[in-house]
Amino acid sequence: MGGPGAGTIKGKERYKAGVIPYKTMGYWEPRYVPKDTDLIALFRITPQEGVDPEEAAAAVAGESSTATWTVVWTDRLTACEAYRAKAYRVDAVPNTPGQYFAYIAYDLDLFEPGSIANLTASIIGNVFGFKPLKALRLEDMRMPIAYLKTFDGPPTGIVVERERLDKFGRPLLGATTKPKLGLSGKNYGRVVYEALKGGLDFVKDDENINSQPFMHWRDRYLYCMEAVNRACAETGEVKGHYLNITAATMEDMYERAEFAKELGSCIVMIDLVIGYTAIQSISKWARKNDMILHLHRAGHGTYTRQKSHGISFRVISKWMRMAGVDHIHAGTVVGKLEGDPNMVQGYYNVLREPHNPVDLQRGIFFEQEWAGLRKVMPVASGGIHAGQMHQLIHYLGEDVVLQFGGGTIGHPMGVQAGATANRVALEAMIQARNEGKDIWNEGMQILEKAAKSCAPLKAALEVWKDITFDYASTDTADFVPTPTVSA
Amino acid sequence: MRITQGTFSFLPDFSDAEIRAQVEYCLKNNWAVSVEFTDDPHPRNTYWEMWGMPMFDLKDAAGIMYEINQCRKAYPNHYVRVNGFDSTRGWETVRLSFIVNRPKHEPGFQVQRQEGPGRRIRYTVHSYATDKPKGERYNEP
Repeated sequence: MGGPGAGTIKGKERYKAGVIPYKTMGYWEPRYVPKDTDLIALFRITPQEGVDPEEAAAAVAGESSTATWTVVWTDRLTACEAYRAKAYRVDAVPNTPGQYFAYIAYDLDLFEPGSIANLTASIIGNVFGFKPLKALRLEDMRMPIAYLKTFDGPPTGIVVERERLDKFGRPLLGATTKPKLGLSGKNYGRVVYEALKGGLDFVKDDENINSQPFMHWRDRYLYCMEAVNRACAETGEVKGHYLNITAATMEDMYERAEFAKELGSCIVMIDLVIGYTAIQSISKWARKNDMILHLHRAGHGTYTRQKSHGISFRVISKWMRMAGVDHIHAGTVVGKLEGDPNMVQGYYNVLREPHNPVDLQRGIFFEQEWAGLRKVMPVASGGIHAGQMHQLIHYLGEDVVLQFGGGTIGHPMGVQAGATANRVALEAMIQARNEGKDIWNEGMQILEKAAKSCAPLKAALEVWKDITFDYASTDTADFVPTPTVSA
Repeated sequence: MRITQGTFSFLPDFSDAEIRAQVEYCLKNNWAVSVEFTDDPHPRNTYWEMWGMPMFDLKDAAGIMYEINQCRKAYPNHYVRVNGFDSTRGWETVRLSFIVNRPKHEPGFQVQRQEGPGRRIRYTVHSYATDKPKGERYNEP
């Protein structure tokens, strides 16, 4: 598709009042070669019946940059060719009739430096409701180095987090306090203490734990920090609890963050639903106060999950690395929440690598140089347990927080035992991997051997041995067949 | 109590063969192995004493095991840890760190609480062992 002769109308004819196709306005330029400083967006477009895909791509370019529905003469007061986004390539999506990948390039000066809000107001601002399209999905973006250098990125990053926590060579272990709602501050802190003493590195507030009638935030913070310090003394390790500072206003969030800092917490937490500007604000605060910043991706499933419409989570991952968070929930592959193995590995690569090569199998369409932005620690959370340790390490590697909420707190011998089971399973699996063992195939034997000297692990393996979440993924790669994993 | 710092503290103490396997893993990754010891195991004590410099140029597991054992012999009642250091761009940090020797008796830590206004508490984690001067900690009673 494309080819020479784009048909952009030039000169006086171009600016005659009236409506002309986007394709002829300068938003479809198949001969355009993107500059190194251009942002590039890849959209999956599903045009309405009878709409030419190139016209649809041009419309997306137009509506996400300078265009309106009709010709305006005031374009001529600007260097309008430079400001127009340019669709330059349209490919049919493999094996998916009616869908197309549209590549669109944007000049760097269309965007305010260092502002995710401004970036997204353009790229996903108006265009997703555009009538000539049945559906639209933002699949990937290429960020130029010149633009990345206007963002601070993660305040801490994987390397500094590990050095600060004195924890190397293995995934970090966490858990979300359960039940997520209803516990009083005192009872909540009990769960935190038991889990940390038993062997976890972190415990976490859930996304909807803020300041409710059953537990106000100050009460929770005070009891959690008692638990953290007690567990630290019991084990000689650095421990933490992600105190969720999500609140109705930035003023409230800063107040909670300051209190967490005053009490000596090493980490605070926010939810994705607070919005991009709030995330960037609290990231600045975290950077200034040496605080690790944990992001729960609450709400993302509303727009990331369906393949035809919305935003891929790999794009959200890129935006969050730029906005500057240290942790982000990015999928488990084997747990209870959506996540095709290839797609999840793609998100992890975007978050953790200094450089991403093109990797279509994992949904990465562009080479991306991260220009020194720190690495974000992905978090795997939701329906995982000790019996899956070999699969988790196989898919996710070692720079990840593995969060076993139910898999810790639901242990038949208690919370401490649940934590110990997870820690022993993890250390045994890392030892075996480092020794060169084939953990993918020998994983269960490795766990069973470790369980011989660890009764809590033995009990965990018995209770959860057959628990898998084997459903087809909705968001899968377009370039290889990818069955969902079963244990 | 048993201090659970390091990559493998929840497993039974490693045999020499198991330590060597981890050293070989470091060498395979081109990490420099180093040995450090301390009698102040506070979790914020970042700088343990170095048993010589990181062994950037020693690629032989047997040679590294010799250094580990020399350190353990010299400090049988200290904590000794083995680190793998990765100098690759973007890491430039420790990638593996595990304890290979610990005192027979580990007295552990005390939480000290300083009560302030508005239920605020300022916490200090204090190591009982460091009540005694360096070198006299962890001696047999």
